[in-house]
Amino acid sequence: MHVLAERIQQEYPRGFIKAVEWRGDVAVTVTREFLHDIARFVHDDPEIDCDYIVHVSSVDWPDDEERFEVVYEVYSIRKRHRIRLKARVPESDCIVDSLTDLWKGAEFMEREVYDMMGIRFRHHPDLRRILMPDEYTEGYPLRKDFPVQGKGWRDTFEFLNETT
Amino acid sequence: MKETTTKPVLDDQRTTIYKVDPEHPESESLPTLRTEELLLNMGPQHPSTHGVLKVILELEGERLVKSTPVMGFLHRGVEKLAEDGTYHQFIPHTDRLDYVCAMYNNFAYCRAVEKLMNITVPERAEYLRTIVAEVQRIIGHQFWLGTQALDIGAMTVFFYAFRDREILLDWFDELCGARLTTSWYRIGGVERDLTPALIQKLRQFLDYFPPKIDEYVVFLEKNRIWVARTKGVAVISAEDALSFGLSGPTLRGSGVDYDLRKYEPYSAYPKCEFSVPVGKNGDTYDRYWIRVQEMYESVKIIQQCLDQMQEGPVMADVPSVTLPPKERVFTNLESMIQQFKLFSQGFDAPPGEIYCGTEAHKGELGFYIVSTGGGKPYRLKIRAPSFIHMGAFDYMSRGYMIADAVTIFGTYDIVMGECDR
Amino acid sequence: MGLIQIGRHEKDGQSDVIVTTLERAVNWARKGSLWPMTFGLACCAIEMIAAVSSRYDMDRYGAGVFRASPRQSDLMIVAGTVCRRMAPVIRKIYDQMPEPKYVIAMGSCATSGNIYDSYSVVQGVDRFVPVDIYVPGCPPTPEALFDGILKLQERIMLKRVFTKQPDQVRMKA
Repeated sequence: MHVLAERIQQEYPRGFIKAVEWRGDVAVTVTREFLHDIARFVHDDPEIDCDYIVHVSSVDWPDDEERFEVVYEVYSIRKRHRIRLKARVPESDCIVDSLTDLWKGAEFMEREVYDMMGIRFRHHPDLRRILMPDEYTEGYPLRKDFPVQGKGWRDTFEFLNETT
Repeated sequence: MKETTTKPVLDDQRTTIYKVDPEHPESESLPTLRTEELLLNMGPQHPSTHGVLKVILELEGERLVKSTPVMGFLHRGVEKLAEDGTYHQFIPHTDRLDYVCAMYNNFAYCRAVEKLMNITVPERAEYLRTIVAEVQRIIGHQFWLGTQALDIGAMTVFFYAFRDREILLDWFDELCGARLTTSWYRIGGVERDLTPALIQKLRQFLDYFPPKIDEYVVFLEKNRIWVARTKGVAVISAEDALSFGLSGPTLRGSGVDYDLRKYEPYSAYPKCEFSVPVGKNGDTYDRYWIRVQEMYESVKIIQQCLDQMQEGPVMADVPSVTLPPKERVFTNLESMIQQFKLFSQGFDAPPGEIYCGTEAHKGELGFYIVSTGGGKPYRLKIRAPSFIHMGAFDYMSRGYMIADAVTIFGTYDIVMGECDR
Repeated sequence: MGLIQIGRHEKDGQSDVIVTTLERAVNWARKGSLWPMTFGLACCAIEMIAAVSSRYDMDRYGAGVFRASPRQSDLMIVAGTVCRRMAPVIRKIYDQMPEPKYVIAMGSCATSGNIYDSYSVVQGVDRFVPVDIYVPGCPPTPEALFDGILKLQERIMLKRVFTKQPDQVRMKA
């Protein structure tokens, strides 16, 4: 196993589920209860030392019981290695801890994940929609059961009926 | 005896209330002023050329207390459209992300798919890609310089930068048929080779251009207004910049020399000698200086690549993935069928996920692709530097004047096509 | 009655010589001083900027004075993808422009939505704003934009100012 994944497994054996190394990328799947602790470890530990957040995204696996997967990719400028942390959440309880206290850039990226996939982040300073308008009610666009052409919002122009 | 009157006023929020001083009843005392914070809406339609961005500014007098960017006015649903088409069909969508230097997005995407498919690109194609990518970097920085100067008020630099940009746009027109949203990169290589006429024109440009950069700099470097409006504005420390995920010249202005061309070298960059300019103070002037220096460095890289390039194929020979040459498509039936199949059904990508980042001229542009096999990506996430830089806008703009808000937009070099996708 | 008749002729609806000359003068003034509004949304905005810059100079057609405020402009060039979130803003700005006003839909995205057949893109700006000229291309080159402006100028010359607009207009061949 990759040396970074081994270190995480040693420190948090209960939170570690599996590690996959493919095409040079290391992806570690963790439980969502331990996500924040493992992320703090990855940020603070002097051997891993990941201070730069690359991206936060989400993947929808509708056939699995734990439907959504939150993906955090972080990089270490000094050590020049990167690691990907993944956590699964079920649809009925899609809340995960926010990592904005570790990496400030996660704020906007987590808002985008909420907007597009519907996953909520505990302790996020300002969790609301970012790319779609606040009053968008049709759902979460990047879910697999959402049609590409939308549900009709793009063709309704109710502002044309306003007189002012 | 003078009559003292108090004007009858409606006690509502907007009116000042006159009070009479009981010790000097014959004079009306000065009105007590009520001050409150002003919420100013900037955008989404405003003369700055950065696109449709709305920022709600909370002002205390002229100072910015808090700014809330509101994005999404150009959200085109590109990530959802990616799941609907094949890998080859997504290349024109990538052009329109950062439309100022479109080829670099193609480059980033093609690199990501090549990493997924484990394809090696032939050497000549790598050199061609690097040359064109650096020409695009020059175009992007010229556009940035012109619009930043225009926003601050130095209009001459705008006209000069765009004059030189037109020469390069003509070059692109001859290369691939489009000035702006070019799609010349393909998965596995590039679409066609450079003709000798194009190479000669490029060499002429490389001789013509460095004195022109000196010209732009002459207008700005010693200009007191430019220096006053950019030095000390929008300062961010290295630690904060890393925490926010800033990259590119925005991060290098603060002293961190993170450049993917040096940290994780790709394409023909390991074979070229160039330096990465790094700033000291983390303010707007440093970031401006870095971008100007990067233009000089790009000229050096292109020069070296043109000298080192050898003859060879421009597309990898993996018939199940890469497209056949266009001349054969129009004359040969098998090639036409192969092209049709690759575009409509796609190639068979192995299941897995990758992330691939590239040093675009705004920052780190990355693609996170999840594949479950088959011709269409299961999930394609675009790591857009402009979106991430907007996250730091509020932090960076606190305490500065409202006139600096426009400077801060410019120093971040935000393009809404990339920010909203 | 009489040799000179002021106003509309009864026979064919054509106006007389004084009114047509006045109309031509007014239309000439309008077409020669179109003031566009800076309304670049996406990539087409870059080509619009290039059209204003030194090589392709839009100012020679009188249309180079870009005004940031809709109250002072009479041409809105919708350049770029129209997203549904931006639609009320566009309509509000269109309503704020004083008459006579013209709209050019520049680029394929403003004309019909282009390749973005997704949940948030309006398939053409003419769904909520009346458009005079469509300029196709992705993005249209500055020369194509000039073609659009010149066609708009021809159209302006055909408009009636003092008399009622006829239902059909014959273009000169």
